[in-house]
Amino acid sequence: MAALGHDAVSYAPPAEVEDVELVHPKTFVGKYIWSQDAKIIAIQYGITATAIGLVGLALSLLMRLQLGFPNTFSLIDPSSYLQFVSIHGMIMVIYLLTALFLGGFGNYLIPLMCGARDMAFPYVNMLSYWVYLFAVLLLVASFFVEGGPTGAGWTLYPPQAISPGTPGIDGGIVLMLVSLAFFIVGFTMGGLNYVVTVLQLRTRGMTLMRLPLTVWGIFMATVLALLAFPALFVSALMMLLDRLLGTSFFLPEMLTMGEQSSHRGGNPLLFQHLFWFFGHPEVYIVALPAFGIVSDLLATHARRHIFGYRMMVWAIVAIGALSFVVWAHHMYVSGMNPYFGFLFATTTLIIAVPTAIKVYNWVLTLWHGNIRLTVPMLFAIGFIFTFVNGGLSGLFLGNVTVDVPLSDTYFVVGHFHMVMAVAPILVVFGAIYHWYPKITGRMLNELSGKIHFWVTFLGTYAIYYPMHYLGFQGVPRRYFAYGETAFISDSVQTVNTAITIAAIIVALSQMLFLFNLIWSYFRGRDAGPNPWKATTLEWQTPHTPPRHGNFGAELPAVYRWAYDYSVPGAKQDFIPQNVPPEQVEALLPHADKARA
Amino acid sequence: MTATLVFLALLMAVFVSWLLRQSINVQPWVAQSETARQVSHLPEGFTAARVGLAVFVAVATSLFALTISAYMMRMHMGNDWRHLHAPQLLWVNTVMLLFGSIALQWAWGGAKRGDPSALRFGLATGGACSIAFIVGQYFVWRQLNAAGYYVAANPANAFFFMMTALHALHLLGGLVAWARTVRRVWRGWAPAQVRGSVELCALYWHYLFIVWVVLFGLVLMH
Repeated sequence: MAALGHDAVSYAPPAEVEDVELVHPKTFVGKYIWSQDAKIIAIQYGITATAIGLVGLALSLLMRLQLGFPNTFSLIDPSSYLQFVSIHGMIMVIYLLTALFLGGFGNYLIPLMCGARDMAFPYVNMLSYWVYLFAVLLLVASFFVEGGPTGAGWTLYPPQAISPGTPGIDGGIVLMLVSLAFFIVGFTMGGLNYVVTVLQLRTRGMTLMRLPLTVWGIFMATVLALLAFPALFVSALMMLLDRLLGTSFFLPEMLTMGEQSSHRGGNPLLFQHLFWFFGHPEVYIVALPAFGIVSDLLATHARRHIFGYRMMVWAIVAIGALSFVVWAHHMYVSGMNPYFGFLFATTTLIIAVPTAIKVYNWVLTLWHGNIRLTVPMLFAIGFIFTFVNGGLSGLFLGNVTVDVPLSDTYFVVGHFHMVMAVAPILVVFGAIYHWYPKITGRMLNELSGKIHFWVTFLGTYAIYYPMHYLGFQGVPRRYFAYGETAFISDSVQTVNTAITIAAIIVALSQMLFLFNLIWSYFRGRDAGPNPWKATTLEWQTPHTPPRHGNFGAELPAVYRWAYDYSVPGAKQDFIPQNVPPEQVEALLPHADKARA
Repeated sequence: MTATLVFLALLMAVFVSWLLRQSINVQPWVAQSETARQVSHLPEGFTAARVGLAVFVAVATSLFALTISAYMMRMHMGNDWRHLHAPQLLWVNTVMLLFGSIALQWAWGGAKRGDPSALRFGLATGGACSIAFIVGQYFVWRQLNAAGYYVAANPANAFFFMMTALHALHLLGGLVAWARTVRRVWRGWAPAQVRGSVELCALYWHYLFIVWVVLFGLVLMH
């Protein structure tokens, strides 16, 4: 800290941040139901996403029971199995992960970390949650309509999604598509808030290059989502018209059950292009917030500044931009021109460069760090392992020639669950263990957290690693049963049974986590304002949990980046962002001696 | 996907060049004591509301660009595309929307000058023209149906109905904001107090007019 320089930059947020007028409701309903406080909205998002996520978890267990112990459970038939597959995927990707990262963590952390009183448009922010809840209810409603929910797979490919023979073509698929449309409308309302708040409402001194990486990750993911979700919106709308009004956007002329369909000349490939134009950015909509959060967890719990901060920011931006030009790598087996496939294989492999930069920087952050194996840190390190493992199998699938034989096998299932299910959910857990003390004022139980981590971490490897082997055997995904198939060896059934047992154990450990959340809320150890000795602004609030308006009478001023841990020469091992350099000098009784 | 990719490339170029200026020659690890000295990094006019509108316009542009991409792709698939014969009424509607846009610009000018009569006249005319546009679009739909251009008969028709509906929905959303502004003026708010909302309406209407011209051009193109 001896060399306290003053950078001579001419940019910064406004010197005077206008104080916003907040609505301060007095009633319980106004405070906690129709709340316009981003922190309450975040918790509403979190609870709703967790609830629907538990439905997704239950569906996955039902699938695993069928695969592990075929023909044992009478409630699972081929149709319902396909419905479980479809709704499980849809819930986990969109209604759980997207909503939890952006609606949950975005709402809680963006205003606090930027030093704002609330989001830019609190009323629209409130509407965003209620529209999201409505979308979730529509999805749940599809379980109770005639024919049940759609069984078209989470990708909803036409023509089968709306053709006879697929489960849920009556009400199920219509509710699914309408629910997606509402989700997108609700998300757009929230997304406007996240972007404008980051751009406009940062406090004095909070330059872009001083933002914690969590905010960067959520910000860029929101930008991606705002631009990519319209593709899903358009494709859902067009499929809805095909289904309800008999248009032929996607549906070709078909003979179904001996009858000529009324559709003419539509092209299912058009849907695939639109869907994956959304679908691939969606991977990064889920991954970028995880990248950002994990960077902050690693720095805080290793007591070391993040390695290569600017590189990390640019990597986030590069990944975001590149994610729009790789969509067709999901369509290698759709009969595309080989040159087209080559082009998309190239862009896909290029995206590995910024991603690898991030991984190296995380590892280098740990290097020589004062690593504290707290529960959030365990999850953060677990994420690095899982993300690397999942990413490496992505290199195989990104190459056309390797992808063609592996397409639609369990190799793909293993890959995407490692990279975009387990890896982000480990970060979600780490983030909850990290920020729960700020949200509730109490610590989560540590022993229970460690058990939760080890069972989840090792358990998911027991689930998804063997799936790669199944994929090499050529075991196709989405099948209810395999029967007598020559190329599938007997060991496959043994592996499937083992995977199912592991899945049940992992699911049970999540119950331990939920119990911990509830138990600690009432009985947890008192956390104090800053239990992890972190530098970012949310830990510097006058109240824990922060009250409406976040920062008391005056907004904080920011003097430094978010990573002043173990600063050489400083007495404290961390310097919060709102501590001016003069006060740091005061912490150094021997500074003069050291300089001499 | 060309239309969408061009739009995204432009957007990303703006974003990256802006970010470059924010991050080049910056040493984030250096602490700085005089926070208050720092000047605004965004030009004066960038208010939260304007930035919010800009972000929304970007989302809407993404939606329309993707629709146009799908239109172009579907045109060359399936060999069943028969161009739609655009009714003459569409020209009238186009002029209506243009008048709406100009009137709201007029209202914005009135709000800036503090001229309540110009503000009221502009707002009223702008809203009336926009409602006339939407009603006109509805009559276009009826004319098309009467002439046998049913929505399911051909992908060109289906796209026309879908694109006009999407555009009209965006305009209806704008009319909600317009109605709120009108209510404020009705209740006697001063022009300076409603200036922000009138401005957003005017800018949004200009945007929707441009989108409409592009969509109409697409339908006319053979």
